[in-house]
Amino acid sequence: MTPAFSWNLLGDLREMWSWPFMLNAFRAGTIVAVLAAVVGWFMVLRRQAFAGHTLAVVGFPGAAAAVWLGLSATAGYLAGCLGAALVLAVRRGDARGPAGADPAAVGTVQAFALACGALFVSLYHGFLTGTTALLFGGFLGVTAGQVLLLAAVAVVALGLLLAVGRPLLFASVDPVVARAHGVPVRALDALFLLALAVTAAGVSQVTGALLVFALLVLPAATARRLTVRTLPGLALAVLAGLATVWLALFVAYYSPYPFGFWLTTVAFGGYLLAVLAGRWRAVR
Amino acid sequence: MIDLADAGCVLGGRTVWAGVSTRVGPGEFVAILGPNGVGKSTLLKVLLGLVPLAHGTARVLGRPPGAANREIGYLPQRGGFDATVRVPGSDIVRLGVDGHRWGVPLPGRRSRAAAERTAAVVHRVGAAGYAHRPIGTLSGGEQQRLLIGQALAAGPRLLLLDEPLDSLDLPNQAAIAALVRDICADGVAVVMVAHDVNPILPYLDRVVYLAGGGAVVGTPDEVITTEALSKLYATPVEVLSTSDGQLVVVGVPEPVAHHGPRHAPAPGIRR
Repeated sequence: MTPAFSWNLLGDLREMWSWPFMLNAFRAGTIVAVLAAVVGWFMVLRRQAFAGHTLAVVGFPGAAAAVWLGLSATAGYLAGCLGAALVLAVRRGDARGPAGADPAAVGTVQAFALACGALFVSLYHGFLTGTTALLFGGFLGVTAGQVLLLAAVAVVALGLLLAVGRPLLFASVDPVVARAHGVPVRALDALFLLALAVTAAGVSQVTGALLVFALLVLPAATARRLTVRTLPGLALAVLAGLATVWLALFVAYYSPYPFGFWLTTVAFGGYLLAVLAGRWRAVR
Repeated sequence: MIDLADAGCVLGGRTVWAGVSTRVGPGEFVAILGPNGVGKSTLLKVLLGLVPLAHGTARVLGRPPGAANREIGYLPQRGGFDATVRVPGSDIVRLGVDGHRWGVPLPGRRSRAAAERTAAVVHRVGAAGYAHRPIGTLSGGEQQRLLIGQALAAGPRLLLLDEPLDSLDLPNQAAIAALVRDICADGVAVVMVAHDVNPILPYLDRVVYLAGGGAVVGTPDEVITTEALSKLYATPVEVLSTSDGQLVVVGVPEPVAHHGPRHAPAPGIRR
């Protein structure tokens, strides 16, 4: 039974939310959008988008290995992302700043991670159905247990960021002077990487390992286009993330095209609007 | 405010400098001069308690170095912000007020007080016209004003500046030097490391000139002379005066570099 879109929006929403899997998808999407917007805003500020993408990609072999071993994909995502974050946090001994390791080396690690993921998927013979969801996400299989886990993870990660918000901003903008003021810059760098890993693992549940950028980078980048101030920027990023997820879920419910495509398109559309708004403001 | 008596510093088994004795009172402007690698930044780190003295005594704000760091504003040597850093200048200054405190700014009396203090400091350093713009888009001189504002933001009694005029052009050097003089007029003591004395020469109260493992302390007229510097370097050095009052030191022997990377990250100070 394919759902039919009618112009009675309330009726559509009621019909959509009569399915538990759609309710769970909206819940998971909301939690993940808020978390990704806040963490992503800091990530864009610290210019660590490449690290964020790497952490997400490394989640894929983790999830594939977990499924092969009979464990939950969620646990696999978390293990993969956190493991990579620990390696990155420990390696960073040089004064290169938050941008981190040599991009060529990191790119090779990403390729290897994807290849390992392919290996694990072939080991449990999941090529027909397994890879799409792990890589490109989907909203069909979000369970209530996953929603609870995402909520717990989001509360912990956002709580941590709330506790270190000011020193983290200082360390992100001006690490040399922050250190002189007594801010533990290296510890905060490591802590942020762990928060980023946990966020990437959470977002991967909804968007898949390859499309994490749609929620981690685009809403934050859109907000930073519109304002440079901190608190309004964070608020705008959260609004952009929520709007992206809700609109994408709504459209994907009726459309035969993949959810990941709608999510990325809406996110990018929002970013383009912000760019145009900026140009228009400059011209006035 | 600062009381150094026969202070000497040894790093890596080598005497960096010795026999430094000076006092700095409120509102005084003191420069630490010397060739590259002689240990000027090390003297600032001694005052902050980051590097211990090998002999002699030092008291900063009446206490041992490191104990009174809350009342000292420190601006370490740093490059400028590059163009992509899109944080407003006033936020940079605000970080100096409460950026090291845990948590997030919650609306309330404390937050409002911090915001007022930030606005007052921005006005004080003359950056009110452009503090709302992203710091990456500002010129070197404008960025330096905001960074000095950041060091002033917590209301220190002593300001330690490590080569703030380093990468500025001449008009900006003069402007920042005048700003420092204004800050001294408020009663804040300023100790500045510089490698060129000329921009700050008209405003200096005293000079600590480090060279060849020793030091000469006095007013610029006493220290930056052919006799004093020749004695310090133990080799003939000439100090020439140009027609507009600038001083040029000629004949300084090339120092053997024992120091680490010039822009190594500054270690943190315990508060």
